[in-house]
Amino acid sequence: MASSWFRQPSILPGFGLTLGFTTFFLSALVLLPLAALILKTTNLTWSEFLATVLDERAIASYRLSFGAAFVAALINAIFGFIVAWSLVRYEFPGRRIVDALIDLPFALPTAVSGIALATVFSPTGWLGVRLQEQFGVQVAYTWLGVVVALTLIGLPFVVRSVQPALIEAQRDLEEAAETLGAGPFYVFRRIVLPAVLPALVTGFTMAFARGVGEYGSVVFISGNLPFKTEITPLLIVIKLEQFDYNGAAALGFGMLLVSFVMLLTINLAQAWSRRRHVGAGR
Amino acid sequence: MAGAAPRFEKRSHVPAGVRAARAGLIFVTIAFLSLLLLAPLGAVIAQAFAEGWRVYLESFDNSDTLAAIKLTLLTAAIVVPLNTLFGIAAAWAIAKFEFRGKSLLITLIDLPFAISPVIAGLVFVMLFGSHGWWGEWLQDNDIQIIFAVPGIVMATAFVTFPYVARELIPLMQQQGSEEEEAAITLGAGPWMTFLRVTLPKIRWGLLYGVILCNARAMGEFGAVSVVSGHIRGLTTTMPLQVEILYNEYAFVPAFAVASVLALLAIVTLVIKTFVEWRADRRTG
Repeated sequence: MASSWFRQPSILPGFGLTLGFTTFFLSALVLLPLAALILKTTNLTWSEFLATVLDERAIASYRLSFGAAFVAALINAIFGFIVAWSLVRYEFPGRRIVDALIDLPFALPTAVSGIALATVFSPTGWLGVRLQEQFGVQVAYTWLGVVVALTLIGLPFVVRSVQPALIEAQRDLEEAAETLGAGPFYVFRRIVLPAVLPALVTGFTMAFARGVGEYGSVVFISGNLPFKTEITPLLIVIKLEQFDYNGAAALGFGMLLVSFVMLLTINLAQAWSRRRHVGAGR
Repeated sequence: MAGAAPRFEKRSHVPAGVRAARAGLIFVTIAFLSLLLLAPLGAVIAQAFAEGWRVYLESFDNSDTLAAIKLTLLTAAIVVPLNTLFGIAAAWAIAKFEFRGKSLLITLIDLPFAISPVIAGLVFVMLFGSHGWWGEWLQDNDIQIIFAVPGIVMATAFVTFPYVARELIPLMQQQGSEEEEAAITLGAGPWMTFLRVTLPKIRWGLLYGVILCNARAMGEFGAVSVVSGHIRGLTTTMPLQVEILYNEYAFVPAFAVASVLALLAIVTLVIKTFVEWRADRRTG
């Protein structure tokens, strides 16, 4: 068991048992089903696959899913940074509660946030009515509704990613720059931003990746009109409901590829972040 | 002394601007979070109690809703212990030993986080559904997995797979293994070492991982929606019941069930805050 090319020797027990169980459970529950989807896609010919994936309705759904996820991740990068900054740098009453609240989108079931957002932003909801009357903007049942839902879902990713970077950032550098006469925007651009940028990129990508695949919180507020407010995950569900298994598999395979690319990007961004904070642990 | 002068000068005239920026940023923070997080939470409670306590409570006097609550509890009761066991095993293997392919293993464990819940449901349809790889064999042997409870349990397990492991791996890596090595060297058995040395060190992180896993298991919507088939009273979990009621314009019952799930989320956050507060006190 202790062959040296595979693992370093240790006197602790349980290596074979725990690694064996881990790999077995991972393979049975995650890898095997994923392989089933990938193999199912090989049933299709290239032209069938492309016809499904490049179908007009599918392309409209990508535009919405990726576009809305991008806008939401951008909103989160800006406001999530401000939230993280306030929580790390300032002391104010209720800070602890605000900090705990950030994780609400992780803990709240997506169906619950979905119906709640739809109610708040619907043309008769208390925020929806105000937005409609004051600005003439309708949020629910438009692409803006999708953006709102994905902003809610993505917020904790950015805040939880930026917070530790801000804690570790060297404040004496900022103070030195200020002492030497640098204005606040210059200090922000040249000292704060470079220090937290990798964490911000990681958070942005995680929020974006989550947003592209999100289903529950979106379908209640989006209105689900084909070509207009229909996200890609919903299109997969619709194909399944119409027993179009090959179509669902093709779209699912496409989304799976996108997930892999994002996961790779997140890992690269995290490695970049770790290099930036050498010896900072974690 | 020469360096102290400008610093003193800075301090005397900057604070007004700094204070304004500080107040502005805190205001933006609270306004943004109120709109995005508190407004929906408030809406759930307001809608659930829109017609008073009595109507709220009557919402639960419905056989389909009660069946949904039972199915949700059953699913969590199967999935959470399984993923907890997996999380502990994975964290032990990854944190206590150095072996080849470790970073690949960690990435694969994280995989369900990166995958859309709809895809998580879809993969099980491709495996066990009537057109899936084992669909025909299952049909011949009269075993129903998709549109039945086993499918719901598997999709939920897939989605909540990384939670406990994700919480324990960094914690156990940070703690190192010197104490365990000492225990083994002094003659303690493996189980004794785990129960008496490791478990007390990781119990709060473990608790949080389990609670988060449970919250997601009870609240999963997308993946379960794909495999459930929405058979009332049989294959609907609480979040699916929320959807059915909402789409029937039964708003009070829909938000009443949603309020239970929201309460679960809040309890999860309270426990998380408590666990972090304990960890801070120990190091601080």
